[in-house]
Amino acid sequence: MSSAMYERMRANPKFQQLISTRGRFAWILAITVLVIFYGFVMVVAFSPATLGQPVSEGSMVTVGFAFGLFMFVFFWILTAVYVRRANSEFDALTAEIVHEAWQEKK
Amino acid sequence: MMKRLLTAPALLALSALAYAGPAIEAAEKQATNWHAIIMFLLFVGMTMGITYWAASRTKSTADFYTAGGGITGFQNGLAIAGDYMSAATLLGLTAMTYSQGYDGYMYMIAFFVGWPIILFLMAERLRNLGKFTFADITSYRLDQGKVRTMAAISSLTVVCFYLIAQMVGAGQLIKLLFGLDYNVAIVAVGLLMMVYVTFGGMVATTWVQIIKACMLLAGGTLIMLLAFSQFDFSFTKLLERATAVHKLGPKLMHPGSFLADPVTAISLGLGLMFGTAGLPHILMRFFTVTDAKEARKSVLYASGFVGFFFNVIFLMGLCAILIVGQDPAFFEGGVVGGKIIGGGNMIAMHLAKAVGGDLLLGFLAAVAFATILAVVSGLALAGASAISHDLYARVIKKGQASESAEIRVSKIATIGLGLVAMCLGILFEKQNVAFMVGLAFGIAAAANFPVLILSMYWKGLTTRGALVGGYSGLVSAVLFVLFSKSVWVAVLGNPKALFPWDQPALFAMPIAFLMAWIFSKTDSSVKAKAEIEAFEDQYVRGQTGYGAATASNH
Repeated sequence: MSSAMYERMRANPKFQQLISTRGRFAWILAITVLVIFYGFVMVVAFSPATLGQPVSEGSMVTVGFAFGLFMFVFFWILTAVYVRRANSEFDALTAEIVHEAWQEKK
Repeated sequence: MMKRLLTAPALLALSALAYAGPAIEAAEKQATNWHAIIMFLLFVGMTMGITYWAASRTKSTADFYTAGGGITGFQNGLAIAGDYMSAATLLGLTAMTYSQGYDGYMYMIAFFVGWPIILFLMAERLRNLGKFTFADITSYRLDQGKVRTMAAISSLTVVCFYLIAQMVGAGQLIKLLFGLDYNVAIVAVGLLMMVYVTFGGMVATTWVQIIKACMLLAGGTLIMLLAFSQFDFSFTKLLERATAVHKLGPKLMHPGSFLADPVTAISLGLGLMFGTAGLPHILMRFFTVTDAKEARKSVLYASGFVGFFFNVIFLMGLCAILIVGQDPAFFEGGVVGGKIIGGGNMIAMHLAKAVGGDLLLGFLAAVAFATILAVVSGLALAGASAISHDLYARVIKKGQASESAEIRVSKIATIGLGLVAMCLGILFEKQNVAFMVGLAFGIAAAANFPVLILSMYWKGLTTRGALVGGYSGLVSAVLFVLFSKSVWVAVLGNPKALFPWDQPALFAMPIAFLMAWIFSKTDSSVKAKAEIEAFEDQYVRGQTGYGAATASNH
């Protein structure tokens, strides 16, 4: 748990690659969720009638319900996408970085 | 000048629904419900067996606080979902959909969206940096004594308000569902919680939560399917008939008054989203898994269960409009459209009875009781660990406490918290406690979350900044709620609210962030410089998990 280990990891270009790729990926997903959700909140506050319209002529289902269901499903898919990529690609890269730092120590 | 609960029932219902707190109205005692009691005793028997088993595996502090880090992602996901779905979620949100239609759905969406954000921005670093409590993270490179004391104070404040709300809700609900005396119900919940937590620690608490989450998911889904089958599983048919009879008519599926004010809407959204990310008993769940991989999976499963269940609740509420709302048997005096027997929160229970008879009603009542018990246990454990791990072991003993002494202190703390919860539960029986869950979320969002996120993301945070930011968030959240309508007017009986909004997050969170920033930036002490330099190593650990607390071997 020494500082030297952290120092070596930080110096590894793969570490920079890990944090920039994963950071960008996580922020893109987070901003997507925030923009869609707070956009929805704004529509609720300023133009509620939009959400009350039927999705198609004569349908009982309103735009608001359809969009709500879409958010549940879409946001959950985004979490699945993140978990999938983080648990394979990013974790493999992390393991490499830690491993290489150990190698250097020897 | 406390206004009685009954004098402001409408307000109580409204503000209670603003958070999925225990929106339990003062209940009249019902006839003893033996189906429910027998099923609940079965649940207690099973969980006592688990506690007995867990006690034999709870030896170290790691076992006690985090189940040795040996919970799988799937199990932990169920437990998180369990922590998140309280009895009030089931009863309050079914009732909200029943009476306000689409507004209930919007509320559930707001309650759901915090999870993806927690996953993307926090889950990994939480697991990589934390050990037992979230103060392990905030104090990682800052002054242990001061920062942990602050984290413990705000954690305990959150836990106490949440506990009072749950206990009072429990007493009212149990009186209503089981026909037991209010005080008996409070004491039963308190004693059972003490047994689970002191003997079984996190292992027992997690399994109680998992079993309850399964019962809740299974029971809710069964009721929804039975009810929905009456409409041939046709959503269109259900909506056609529901809008035809509901007082809102075609407006049933339109946004109503709930989020009409943009300030309230955004503030509520922020409070739910970041309050969730600052609740000590939820944060603690990130330390019960092996590594960051399992922590991410936990969130995936938890948000899947929560999202699924919210949609089940929405369908239950819509079906109840026809099945309960059109049946005179569920109205006082048999008048459709009058007062629902037992009050608005009984909608889900009446629906269970209508589609599955006394047996299903008994099952759902038992689930509701189990839910309260499980949530209370999780809260007590989080509060006890703030006392024993943060205050006793790290602040008072400066890290020199033995494991056995630390565990002993946390067990004493659990019993203490249990007794406090029982006393406060009895004391607050007749009070409007709806604001307390809102306050708990507000404090979590304004005091815990800003310091936590800054400590993980911002290099420049110093002890001084963290302390001023955290305490000002805590104080401003408490004051905003105190001066809002739900306390200043409804509880204290003043004519006019001093602060016009019920949701503090939009205002208290910026104060906390701003204070933390200003007081860190202007901190030019030698210590501050060392703290800023220490960020680099913390950052690598947060990103890679190297050096993170690992699962104990068993």
